[in-house]
Amino acid sequence: MLQVKDISFSIADKQILHNITFSIHQGKFVGLIGPNGSGKSTMLKIIYRHLKQTSGMVTLYEDDIIHMAQRKLAQEIAVVSQETPVLFDFTVKDLVLMGRTPYKKWLANDNQEDFAIVEESMHLANVQYLENRTFNQLSGGEKKRVMLARALAQQAKILILDEPTNHLDIEHQYQLMDLVKDLPITIVAALHDLNLAAGYCDELLVMKDGALFMEGTPEEVLTEETLKHVFHVQAGISKNPFTKKLHLFFYTEQ
Amino acid sequence: MTKYRYPLLILALMLGLLASMTFAVMVGSVDITPRIIWELLFTKLGLSLETTASNAQSIIIWEIRLPRVVLAAIVGAALSISGAAIQALVKNSIADPYILGVSSGASVGATSVILLGAFSVIGNYALSFAAFLGAISAVIIVFLLARVNGRISVVRLLLAGFAISMVFSAITNFMLMMSKQQGGIQAVMHWMLGSLAGAKWANLGIPFIIFLLVFTLLLLNYRQLNALLLGEETAATLGINLDRFRILIILFVSLLTGVVVAVSGSIGFVGLIIPHLVRMMAGSNYKVVLPISALIGAIFLVWADMVARIVIAPEEMPIGIITAVCGSPFFIWMLRRRRYSFGDGE
Repeated sequence: MLQVKDISFSIADKQILHNITFSIHQGKFVGLIGPNGSGKSTMLKIIYRHLKQTSGMVTLYEDDIIHMAQRKLAQEIAVVSQETPVLFDFTVKDLVLMGRTPYKKWLANDNQEDFAIVEESMHLANVQYLENRTFNQLSGGEKKRVMLARALAQQAKILILDEPTNHLDIEHQYQLMDLVKDLPITIVAALHDLNLAAGYCDELLVMKDGALFMEGTPEEVLTEETLKHVFHVQAGISKNPFTKKLHLFFYTEQ
Repeated sequence: MTKYRYPLLILALMLGLLASMTFAVMVGSVDITPRIIWELLFTKLGLSLETTASNAQSIIIWEIRLPRVVLAAIVGAALSISGAAIQALVKNSIADPYILGVSSGASVGATSVILLGAFSVIGNYALSFAAFLGAISAVIIVFLLARVNGRISVVRLLLAGFAISMVFSAITNFMLMMSKQQGGIQAVMHWMLGSLAGAKWANLGIPFIIFLLVFTLLLLNYRQLNALLLGEETAATLGINLDRFRILIILFVSLLTGVVVAVSGSIGFVGLIIPHLVRMMAGSNYKVVLPISALIGAIFLVWADMVARIVIAPEEMPIGIITAVCGSPFFIWMLRRRRYSFGDGE
């Protein structure tokens, strides 16, 4: 459904992304992994059109997203970015309701349907108990989940997450990944924690120095050799006895 | 906010505005009872035929005090909604309607009329016309400076506004320094601090219509204004065409501020504090912030103008001094409140 074709991106003379090509299929949970500075966030920002590529093209259902109206794009792609500073304060409910913005014409009021969607999104993201609290009083993890609820209320077909588990404690990391995995939509997430990536993603894209280094299932991609080459760590790979998913452990040779 | 609190608050503020306006018309060198004011108003509107007002009272109310009180309300409401919109546009809580250079541009225009007699061919309207022209020129320059590759950058907008204000203030100061005219400097100072003394029915029409236009436009776009508070990136992912929306806001808010400054001078502080006060009371949702700001701004300026008229009567105090003197302590009190964060989330 989403295709990234030969994308390059430079700021001034520095090339950040080099000829990246991949496709994302409907309903998949795709993880974008790679060391700091490998271009994960930049790649995501090009997909949701916050940055404009220097060359190449991103297509959604065969249409170049560059030509899409902003409102239309927001109905297709929802984003939870790393940080969302909120100037002045909103209640959680008002913030989640903002997810309905792309569907609202000038005079349209928020109707029963919107409120139902907001309720459901808050329920899914487990922030319903916060609905009357104000956003800036919340902890980092709570804020993240509120922003996720806001993105869910957008009812987009693709959800982009830029390091969604940052700031979350271990319980909420797994809770968030469980929730996201069960969504019937396509997910593209930049992830730092390779065990989370291994446990939840259907496919992984490995980035190194602004280029796509490898793609495939977690089993194909997460090998001792790749980890050594891309992340510069020694890794051991086994199976998690409970989930039967890959489990990685790391060490250095000192 | 519970279901009925918002309509009730709006209703209470409307009544408060009417009461304040009535009271402001009553106050002055000739005492007038509220009954006479309302009788006269109904007569003028053709709803009643009898009035107990004497001819003199009728002239004082209808020709002098009422237009002035109405202008105060319009200017207060206009500055408050402009301030609220600009604060969202530049995502900064210290922004006010003059941050894009409107007041310094208007000052150049007004000063050149007062000291140099520019535009004297158009008579009484020269001052307003020149002030408006100056205001709009300043904003256009700021706007062009802030555009990079067809996009408006907020930081550049703020810095360009600052730079252009400096340049225009320098021009005003230069004209003041070079002027040999008796009383000219005082007249310019008086204008810059703001006054509603020039209010006549004939020059209320344009500010009122522009106010209604811009108010409606902003209210129709309350979702966009809210989304701007989440930052550019998030606003865009919520489907807002930022470049187009920013241009729209800059254009219309500058038009409104320019028109208001042209008739009243650059009255400070209102556009900065009223939106903060409203957020403290009613939250940040622009659907609520805009109407309540308009009403509270109107009430505040009606009272400020009344004080300006009476405090050193028969002389008049510039209203800008009143807004600053009354506004600052209140603003400082707000600064010390822990519950209101001015947007930095602490």
